[in-house]
Amino acid sequence: MKSIETGNNPSSVRLTNIPVLDYEEFFSQVDELMQVESNHCLNYFAVSFDDHYRFICCIGCDEKHTIILFSHEQPKTKEIRLKSITPIHFQFHVFEREIAENFGIVFTGHPWLKPVRYAFDRASTGMVMDNYPFFSIDSEELHEVGVGPVHAGIIEPGHFRFICNGEKVLHLEIQLGYQHRGIERLFVEKPLLIQKAILSESIAGDTAIGHSLCHTGLIEVLGGLDSIDSLSAERIIALEFERIAVHIGDTAALCTDIGYQFGQVVNEALRTIIINTTQLWCGNRFGKGLIRAGGTHYPLTKETLIKMKGNLDEVMERYLQITERIFSMSSVLGRFETIGKVTLKQALRIGAVGMAARSSGLKRDIRWSHPFGMYNKNEFDPVTLQKGDVWSRAMLRKQEVERSVAVIHDLIKLLHGDVTVSPPVNEPKLQPGSFAISLTEGWRGEICHTAITDKEGRIIHYKVKDPSFHNWMALALAVRGQEISDFPLCNKSFNLSYCGNDL
Amino acid sequence: MIVLILAIFTALFFPGIIVRVKSILSGRKGPGLMQPWKNILLLFRKGSVISKTTSFIFRIAPVIYLSTILVSLLLLPFPGLPSLFDFTADFILLAYLLALGKFFFIIGAMDTGSSFEGMGANREALYSLLAEPAFFILFGTLALLTGHLSMHSIFNYFQMSGYDSVIIGIIAVYILIQIGMIENSRMPVDDPKTHLELTMIHEVMVLDHSGFDLALIQTGTALKFALYGTLIANILIPVSWEIPGRIAVYLLIQVIFATIIGILESFRARKKLMKNPQFIATLSSIALVAFIISLLMISKLIQ
Repeated sequence: MKSIETGNNPSSVRLTNIPVLDYEEFFSQVDELMQVESNHCLNYFAVSFDDHYRFICCIGCDEKHTIILFSHEQPKTKEIRLKSITPIHFQFHVFEREIAENFGIVFTGHPWLKPVRYAFDRASTGMVMDNYPFFSIDSEELHEVGVGPVHAGIIEPGHFRFICNGEKVLHLEIQLGYQHRGIERLFVEKPLLIQKAILSESIAGDTAIGHSLCHTGLIEVLGGLDSIDSLSAERIIALEFERIAVHIGDTAALCTDIGYQFGQVVNEALRTIIINTTQLWCGNRFGKGLIRAGGTHYPLTKETLIKMKGNLDEVMERYLQITERIFSMSSVLGRFETIGKVTLKQALRIGAVGMAARSSGLKRDIRWSHPFGMYNKNEFDPVTLQKGDVWSRAMLRKQEVERSVAVIHDLIKLLHGDVTVSPPVNEPKLQPGSFAISLTEGWRGEICHTAITDKEGRIIHYKVKDPSFHNWMALALAVRGQEISDFPLCNKSFNLSYCGNDL
Repeated sequence: MIVLILAIFTALFFPGIIVRVKSILSGRKGPGLMQPWKNILLLFRKGSVISKTTSFIFRIAPVIYLSTILVSLLLLPFPGLPSLFDFTADFILLAYLLALGKFFFIIGAMDTGSSFEGMGANREALYSLLAEPAFFILFGTLALLTGHLSMHSIFNYFQMSGYDSVIIGIIAVYILIQIGMIENSRMPVDDPKTHLELTMIHEVMVLDHSGFDLALIQTGTALKFALYGTLIANILIPVSWEIPGRIAVYLLIQVIFATIIGILESFRARKKLMKNPQFIATLSSIALVAFIISLLMISKLIQ
């Protein structure tokens, strides 16, 4: 058997059940699977055991709604050289870079084997931020513009190196890693479940619910906890609330970047109503503390439900009015249309996920392809747009907000303000010797958490993948051939996470 | 001298009015009218941080920028009253005094060696260059129409009476408002509120200025608004009115000018940077229309 296929999300398998191939076989297996367009790499990482590395590859099959797992092992020798997958399947580039950085494994033929985030325990401590090997062109006409890591606005640190011909961008290189906090290591070191839950909420501050939901799914599948429907519905409501809040906030931010004040202030006000509703529910505007394994501290009461419905209707009415105005205004359309284009072919090659993929016509949505929780009950139909420009990404946000509101209204009907939901489980006994994977569609896209447990059921390896990890490449491609002054707008239209990438 | 006093007086309220209008239109209360000036006064009390890579040009640039604007104000007539220095073709000196200030401002920005400021300087130079023809064609038209060459006499003889001069007057006011917006780095060409280095034009050029120097530049910018407002007032105000009436209307025009800027900035998005040259070139063509109209008018007079 060359691979193991599972249709559940989240799901756990015995670590020993994941087939171990030799590298040749592994390579051809990846090649074979990636020939199918609807397959993409969910995660590919290496785990260090006592005497060997184990490389685990998780491929998501969107059409068949399954997750395919396989691995290969490599004894620890001084220098490990492996043939790189990147030249034929580009979406593996960042995963191979990460493995190379962490374990000093050389992928021969990889065109771009540069550090990803300068992890604290990286293989070569000689690699530091100051000597990052930037791509450069020796030319009289071209000039380089470096932006960041300290920016004029309040955004996270990241360095962008442009090679420009006048105002036109020829190439953009993005160097991140400034936000590296060692999240994955902390997941292993922190003994208590509550610590892990709080950690998962802090992976990316704007996706607190998305990441904690993904983490909780992982713990529940490892701990063998069944979640009841009403709890599951509440979680989906929280996730969709987060999506609505961020999408509306991004609509405001897009208006800010093109200097359209009216659109900005109206959307900002609407976002406040949404996050205040979350606060009313669980005491935190970003939903921290809301999602815990096995139960909840904050069941949805009747009063909250009524208030929630009222707020949603109000926000929706006003949001539709303002977006109608935004998307029919010539000065706005002049800035949005045909800017920052990512083609379907590019999206496929880089393995784009989430909004970035859907705005380029690539139907890739975990809620549809690997449904979890209440999405299992009725099939979710993701929004896709074809053009792949800033307009598409803005429009996608508007349409996804509408879709999310519909989802929430459907789920609210199932709930009756039943507050007898059990409180969270403190320390569930995790299944020993297992590998677990959990996927969630956060507002930005597919979030993937994986964990490996040892014989006593302790987590010995934890891997987080934020959608930004795939999608930063989309931004770099989007600004090619664009004006450099449109970069901030392109950047905002993706709104990728720096800390989610840096972990 | 009356223009200088009035212009400084208007400049005190001008930025405040714009901010207030924008705040009210976005549903907020907004800061007090004097808040921009309180900020500038605060900056005046601070020292400047000057980068070691810069030369003396960086330090004198803000001073020259402000002083050219102050001298330009002395060149401006008040409706019906001559300016301090009233001579033939003084509008050419006016245009190039402002250009001199801008020139130093630009090379001051280039002096820092920052790639952003180079880009900003590049853009600013291009836009001033494109806006210049509009300004001169406009004044050429007015000179042709009135047969006079100094600003005082041009405005004295140019009166909006009769439908043909009304057309020229409207075009002139429109062009002056737009040039005022471009030269002061407002929408739709530039966005004074932006926080994104790569899209900035004027703002990026002042990134390295701080404290006292920054205060000089901001004072200059506020005065520049009053300067263009004065030109507009000169076109609109009939000289036959009493002086107090003219002063009142002058102030009213300035307030309306500021309000128009606030409204324009609230309800539209900024232009794509590549489209700006096209937009500014349009102003020149509109000025050309005025020029052709006035040619027609004159040939009518001859016949």
